[in-house]
Amino acid sequence: MSARGQARLVPAPAIELRGISKRFGPVVANDRVDLVIEAGTIHGIVGENGAGKTTLMNIVYGYYQADEGTVLVEGRPCPIARPVDAIRAGIGMVHQHFMLVGAFTVLENILLGAEGGMTLRDGLRRMRAELGRLAREHGLEVDPDARVEDLPVGVQQRVEILKALCRGARILILDEPTGVLTPQEADELFRILRVLRAQRRTIVLITHKLREIMAVTDRVSVMRGGRMVAHRATAETSREELAELMVGRRVQLRPDKRAARPGRTVLEVRDLEVIDDRGVRRVKGVSFEARAGEIVGIAGVAGNGQSELLEAIAGIRAPSRGEVRLSGRASPRSAEGRPGGLGHVPEDRLRMGLVATMAAAENAILGYHRRPAYSARFLLRRRYIHATCAGWLERYDIRPRAPTLPAIAFSGGNQQKLVVARELEHDPDLLLVGQPTRGVDIGAIEFIHARLVALRDSGKALLLVSVELDEILALADRILVMFDGRIVGEVAAEEADERRIGLLMAGITAEAA
Amino acid sequence: MRTVRGLPLWVELVLLPGLNLLAALLVAGLVVVLVGEDPIAAVALLLYGAFGYGEAVGYTLFYTTNFVFTGLAVALAFHAGHFNIGGEGQAYLGGLGLALVALNLGDLPGAVAVPLAVAGAALFGGAWAVVPGWLYARRGSHVVITTIMMNFLASALMTYLVVNVLIKPGQQIPETDIFAEAYWLLPLAPLLAPFGIDLGRSPANLSLLLALACSVAFAIFVWQSRPGYELRVVGRSEPAAIYAGIAPARVTILAMTLSGALAGLLAVNEILGSQHRLVLGFTGGYGFVGIAVALMGRNHPVGIVLAALLFGALYQGGSELAFDMPKISRDMVVVIQGLIILFAGALEHMFRTPLETLLARPATGH
Repeated sequence: MSARGQARLVPAPAIELRGISKRFGPVVANDRVDLVIEAGTIHGIVGENGAGKTTLMNIVYGYYQADEGTVLVEGRPCPIARPVDAIRAGIGMVHQHFMLVGAFTVLENILLGAEGGMTLRDGLRRMRAELGRLAREHGLEVDPDARVEDLPVGVQQRVEILKALCRGARILILDEPTGVLTPQEADELFRILRVLRAQRRTIVLITHKLREIMAVTDRVSVMRGGRMVAHRATAETSREELAELMVGRRVQLRPDKRAARPGRTVLEVRDLEVIDDRGVRRVKGVSFEARAGEIVGIAGVAGNGQSELLEAIAGIRAPSRGEVRLSGRASPRSAEGRPGGLGHVPEDRLRMGLVATMAAAENAILGYHRRPAYSARFLLRRRYIHATCAGWLERYDIRPRAPTLPAIAFSGGNQQKLVVARELEHDPDLLLVGQPTRGVDIGAIEFIHARLVALRDSGKALLLVSVELDEILALADRILVMFDGRIVGEVAAEEADERRIGLLMAGITAEAA
Repeated sequence: MRTVRGLPLWVELVLLPGLNLLAALLVAGLVVVLVGEDPIAAVALLLYGAFGYGEAVGYTLFYTTNFVFTGLAVALAFHAGHFNIGGEGQAYLGGLGLALVALNLGDLPGAVAVPLAVAGAALFGGAWAVVPGWLYARRGSHVVITTIMMNFLASALMTYLVVNVLIKPGQQIPETDIFAEAYWLLPLAPLLAPFGIDLGRSPANLSLLLALACSVAFAIFVWQSRPGYELRVVGRSEPAAIYAGIAPARVTILAMTLSGALAGLLAVNEILGSQHRLVLGFTGGYGFVGIAVALMGRNHPVGIVLAALLFGALYQGGSELAFDMPKISRDMVVVIQGLIILFAGALEHMFRTPLETLLARPATGH
């Protein structure tokens, strides 16, 4: 009786991890991790890529088995061998990439895996009632009969949350939930999370965005190199301290930047229209220019035509209409290779920017391999290529310093630094930069941002596409917002604020508002 | 240097294939026991049949030469990201190319005749492979499918040509007239006899040197040359190639042409080196075994030469085995080949993962 009474005084933590270790071959992803997540709180877990956050949560959700250690759910040891066990224990997970069937309705998606019987009728009726109840209690309004693929991304995420709640989740794990959301959608998500907390549910938020940690969490745990390095009450910490804990040294979150002094026009885009491989018009008549000595940022939620615009300017995708002029000359079409004077850090570095299984030195000449410095008429100048690459590894602090190591063996940040090194070292007049810091650790972000600003200051033009609004705000001198294949607004850096750009990203222009 | 998955190169190139081979031979030994023969005696007989006396060595080298050509052909296409299953047909057409030179140009000095015939073989083999290459570049047709279909076309075409057009007049046997002696490649036996090496009456000939030269050229082309670099980029990541201004279509056609040309050279060994006339079915399945050779040799010329030697020995030793052990038929040798392909290809990860953990352990210790 007395033990029970005490348990009520100090409720058991929702999740407690004791000494969790997990190895993948020689890599130690989690090293004796201890973590206590109190019931009814929003608990953030931050860390750089590869710090082991997602591995840890995948252990909790039963995708992986820990090599050592125990998981306690609500005070009881709970062996979780498969996701089914986690669901049974009241744990739900919302993945970074949604696990929804696009062609199904909301109701059908939520029923998926919990049909309960040969015919769907009873299950559907039960779920519809449950959905209605959850909508009333939590303010999670979704039309149960809408097809998922017709819904905006933010609403699809709500469906994922509802799916977990309908399975009786008392503990909800969200893995990088805001990656695909506009700032407004993210705020709406945070509102929902607060409502869930008020209902005594527990939320675990995995993210690398410190802004979100500060905005919504009660407590935050920091991981670095597979270890849990600090636990803080959010109210008692700061972005700077968290960044320092994540990286292990002091970091500068925003690069030093003087006002831009734009010079001559380097890039002119006139009425550009791009149709993708499936025949969908992705860029619908875009015109703008970029001048020497400025960084033009293109903000927008992923999938609004920025990628296709960048590819068309790079000569990778032929536009169906309009023209691209580089320093006044019409830029050549894709078959003739990349135009001279154009550098390009592509959005998807492992698919396009690098050949994963080829050595760093061979990647160092990708796109420039026909230059006489790198190849004679037939043979590659291997020794020179190797030496050049070794020099870059040194100057850009790319580790390990091994030009013969395949690109895939480098960490995300080091891979990206290799791409940036290659594109900067060939002295472009215009540098196209797509998502330069996606999946890149804070230390490398700091370095890459500083290099991009230095390139601008040396009088080059930069066109930056990023879905990270923070990044655009930190770097760009002029911000263009893309929505549905069009540029819906332009904001000068000094007048830019998150709210205004966020509205534009959602397609709400000043006239409409 | 370490490979992608973190295994040292010697493990990747020597230990792993060795273990796979051992496992295949163990299972093959079990099969030998099942049919009621002594597996140790069978292995001894096989080795003797392949290397035990001069003429056996000669035959082993002759078959090895075939496998080097077809193995290199598969590997080259593989580096460009394609699986060329059509070595058989390309080699067959190579025979046509060389026969057309030999039958039409007639008596020339050997120093002119042989290079011309070799070029004919490479040209026709390459041209036969251009079709799948072009179909892929143009229409995205899968090379595996088109090369297989081209094998059937080659077979039908060659049967028609040899039976109806090129046949030696006034006979029933489907084969052409014997080529002029200028086109006969020098056998190795008389060349090596002064050094006390006796290859007997084996058909091993100068093609072996051509095969080794092709292996060296292969390595230089693939890893040291600019076109080879472009070829590997396309093979490993087409988006990266397009990003780098490399046209995948052009590179694919080049790779398939060279691949087909290498396969076509099989005809040089078989016809200029041994048959001295175009016969039906001289390709004998070597084109297909080339897939296994490339697989086992990890698409590297050194590995391919070693794997070709292994398959050459199996071919030669296997026929001796079938001759001396009545319960073991020629098909048994095919079973052993199949087991090697199974263990070296489909089951290659069986030993890879344990080896990785085994070799990784010391690294995590400190």
